[in-house]
Parts: sequence; C-alpha cells; structure tokens
Amino acid sequence: MWRRVVAVRDLMFTNKWLLLRRASQITIPVLFLLGPWYGIWFVKGNLASSLILDTVPLTDPFIVLQSLASGHIPETTALVGVAIVILFYVFVGGRVYCSWLCPINLVTDAAEWLRRRMNISTQWHFLKRSIRWWILVTVIVMSAITGTIVWEFVNPITMLNRGLLYGMGVTWILILAIFLFDLFIARRGWCGYLCPVGVFYGFLGRVSIVRVRAKKRHLCDDCGDCFVTCPEPHVITPALDRAEHGVGPVILSGDCTNCGRCIDVCHADVFAVSSRFHNALPQITQESAQQVADIHAGSENTIT
Amino acid sequence: MKSTKDKSDGYLKCSFTSSRRDFLTGTARAACGMSLLGLGLGLYSEVGKTHPANTLRPPGARADEEEFLGRCVRCGLCVRACPYDCLRLAEFGEPTATGTPYFIAEEFPCYMCPDIPCVKACPTGALDPKLTDIKDARMGVARVVGTDRCLNYWFNHRCLACTTICPVRGKAITLEKEIWVKSDGTKQLRFIPTVNDEHCTGCGMCEKNCPMARYGGGAAIKVLPLSIVKREDQRYHRRFTPEEQKAIETKAKAKTL
Repeated sequence: MWRRVVAVRDLMFTNKWLLLRRASQITIPVLFLLGPWYGIWFVKGNLASSLILDTVPLTDPFIVLQSLASGHIPETTALVGVAIVILFYVFVGGRVYCSWLCPINLVTDAAEWLRRRMNISTQWHFLKRSIRWWILVTVIVMSAITGTIVWEFVNPITMLNRGLLYGMGVTWILILAIFLFDLFIARRGWCGYLCPVGVFYGFLGRVSIVRVRAKKRHLCDDCGDCFVTCPEPHVITPALDRAEHGVGPVILSGDCTNCGRCIDVCHADVFAVSSRFHNALPQITQESAQQVADIHAGSENTIT
Repeated sequence: MKSTKDKSDGYLKCSFTSSRRDFLTGTARAACGMSLLGLGLGLYSEVGKTHPANTLRPPGARADEEEFLGRCVRCGLCVRACPYDCLRLAEFGEPTATGTPYFIAEEFPCYMCPDIPCVKACPTGALDPKLTDIKDARMGVARVVGTDRCLNYWFNHRCLACTTICPVRGKAITLEKEIWVKSDGTKQLRFIPTVNDEHCTGCGMCEKNCPMARYGGGAAIKVLPLSIVKREDQRYHRRFTPEEQKAIETKAKAKTL
C-alpha cells in the first residue's frame, strides 16, 4: 500500500496528518501533566472536565448529558464548559475527539497496525455498527434509572486518561481487553461498533463545519488504499463513488473522525481538508476530463 | 437472511419479507444484549454507591451518595485544588466508585482550609457550592470505635490528643466525666472523649493524631461516613443531659466528702 504513495510523495508528507494526530494525542496528556510535574498549571483536570489557565472551563457534553438524565442540573461552570466544547466540535468536526484526543485511539490504532502486520482478518459477523447506538440509548436510560453517571463507571477513555494523570489501578486490564478485541475479534471493534462516546460526538459531526472532501475524486483509480486505512470506511463511499448519483464530494457522515488518514495514503491526492459548504458538484473542465481519460488509458495499458 | 425463493418470484417481495424478519430478529437480539448490558451497568453502579468506611468524601460532597454520583464527572479538579494533597481519585478496581474523589483520614486528614478550594474548583456542584463556612462541612462523624484502645477508657489516662487537635476545639470533641464501675465494684472517675455530632465536620484530624494510630489496631477514634453512622444514633457518644450531669457531680461530691 505504501509503495503507491511513497512513489509520489516524501515520506514525511506521506504521514503528515498521522504525525500531527500523534503529536496532538501525546501533547494533551503532557499539558495536563505539566502542572503536577513542573508546576506549570496550563490546564487542570482531565478529559471529563478541565480548566485552562484557571479561567476557561471545558466539560465533556456526553458526561453532562448522563448527569442531566440522572436528574441533576450541574453548576454554571460545567454548563459553560459544555457550551465551549460543543461549539469547538461543531467547528472542527465531532469525532475529532476520537481521532485527535481520545487516548484509546492509540491502543486501537496499535491493534489495527498489528492486525495488518499479522494478516489477521477475523471479524465477528453479528457485530453491526448499530450496536453502539443501542449502547448509547442504554447508557442514557440506565443513568436515568440508577441516578448516577453510569458510563463513567466503565468508560475506558476517561479511565485511561485519568490513569495517566492520577494513577492507573487495574485500568490496564480493560485496555488490554480492548486491544485484544480489536486485534483478534473485529477490525476497529471498540471504536467502530461499541463505544457510545464516539456516537455522541458523531451527532456533533453531522453539523460540523470542517470536513474531509474528495476534492479530486475524478482522479481516483479505485486502488482501495483509503478504504483499507479508514477506521469507518463506509463514510468514504458516498463522497468518492457516487458522483454519478449527484452526491457531492464532501464526507458528510457524522461517523467520519476527520483523522485525515485518507489524505495521507491517497497517491492521487484525491482528499483534502475542506468545509461542508464546498459540497457543490464540480464542473467538469476540459482539463479534468483529459486527466480522467489519461488515467483510464493508463490502467488499460497496465492491464494488457 | 437467505431467501429460498426464486429470483423471478419478485425481488421486491422477497426482500421485504426477509428484511422484516431481519428487523425483528435484529431488534430482539439488540434488546436482549442491551438489557444484559444495562443490568451489568446498573449492578455495577449500585455496588459503586457503597464505599468503604475509611474513605471520606471531600467537604461539601452531597450527602446522598446517589446524587453525588449523578453529579461528579470524575475530573479531579478538587484533587488539584487541594493544597495538602489529601484528596485522590479512586482507581479502577478500588471499591470506591471509579474516578470519584476521596480521602483517607488516617493517612491525610482534611485540613479544613477556610476558603475551601476544593468546593470552589468543582464545576458540577457535586461538592455543594452553598458550603461557604468549612465548619458547616459534614464529611463524616468521628466515633470512638476503639474503646478497648482509647487511653481514657482503659488506662485512666488524661489523653488530650483528639480534643486539643480538633479544629472545632472545645465544641466537637469534649472530655466528659464518667463514673467507671469496675468489675470488683470499686468506682473511679474517668474522662471520656465525646463527639458532639452537631459540631463535628468529619475532617479526621483526631483520627490522624490519635496516639494509638501507630499501634496495631489503628486509631481509637475514627471518622465514619454519614451513610454508615446514623446521626440520630447517639447511643455511645451522647453528651449527658444536664440532669444526669448534676447527678454525677453530686454523687462524686458525696464520695469525696
């Protein structure tokens, strides 16, 4: 898979978005740890709720939703924090949380990498993406029934984040379980089929401004690299392959995590970061038509 | 779902029946799975509502544990606000609800900062912002649980450790006179540390500073969560009523005369 991209791009730029994402995933816990380690209190708290420079509150909206379901209205600080967080994700893309902040993403990405290296292709067939919706509903209902924030008893995301910042306990057992589940049982099993936090942020993604766009989809030669790497491959199909049905080039599905991996791996530079407002069908210019013709002529030549 | 019908039988019709079956089985399966998940989550959260007797919630924590767990987002801002590093977040696997703040009085008691930074730090109101005077905090209630170890009970010492260290001094813990009738019938005056529930904040300074804490068996006086100690239950640690007090004093006087 790499050969195709490396042929057209420097290695550094081949992994541009991946490296940026890893930097973000590592920087965020480090920022939290600067306080207890060196006394630089840039941000306090953790992913559930935090305070930047002792002024700007941030609070996880999914946790507050459960708190509301349990019948408790939080203080203003938390509500302001929720508003800021929601506005942020509505701008950058809902599931940016999943791919750029969530510490579990490092675990599942590692499992996916190993899965590919070991050529494991097992997949539980009764797993459906709708399961995570059911889990989300169950979590809200159970919050209402028990009167507590139910998902936080088991949420591996905040647990791992909290583990890094305050002390791990036996959290690693849960993390190992997710790793093995993703490695041997289902591809991207946790994030793709089970995690209700991702579904919740996916709601924000449905209206978010920044989106990945299959800008030059006419140049796609169906190599399949983006589908192989994408954690939620079903989001690519409409934007990339449905031009003839009048579907615009922007990936609008809330499931898209804006991880930018498709931009990295595409050797034809089909994808680019854009906004949801650039969804008009592109005019077919003479130049682009010529390019398409060239591609098809090229592929025919290689086949014969 | 496989369709056994011939393709010529009409694609639409057979896809309709199979999709309805799909829908029903899928829904049933999902409902079963989610009931199990809900049951597990519910049971786990019920277990989380009880916590060990030595773990105390920070000042201002909602007395109703269910309300506390419905508000606390487990962010640890109170932990970071505590200038004495007394608070910690429960790790996964500990008996206290995962990620919730607590302190163990015997190790690090609450030092009762007058500005209550932990309550100010709480974004959700799990620690009640209405608590402005730390002396109104009720983190728990002290109880002399080790009457077999307390120096004042058995050794007839005049140990003042808990009474003098108490931040609500002279109010929360007082030494009360008591006539001790020994097994051989002789009587002796002793001074019993007595907790007055209406003043005790449950900070745990007494537990931390009890001289018996360093011997096996732990401190003779311990702070217990309110959920464990019913506050109206003053069987062992009530103050004597004025009448009783008078009776004791006149008796003592009569003895000495």
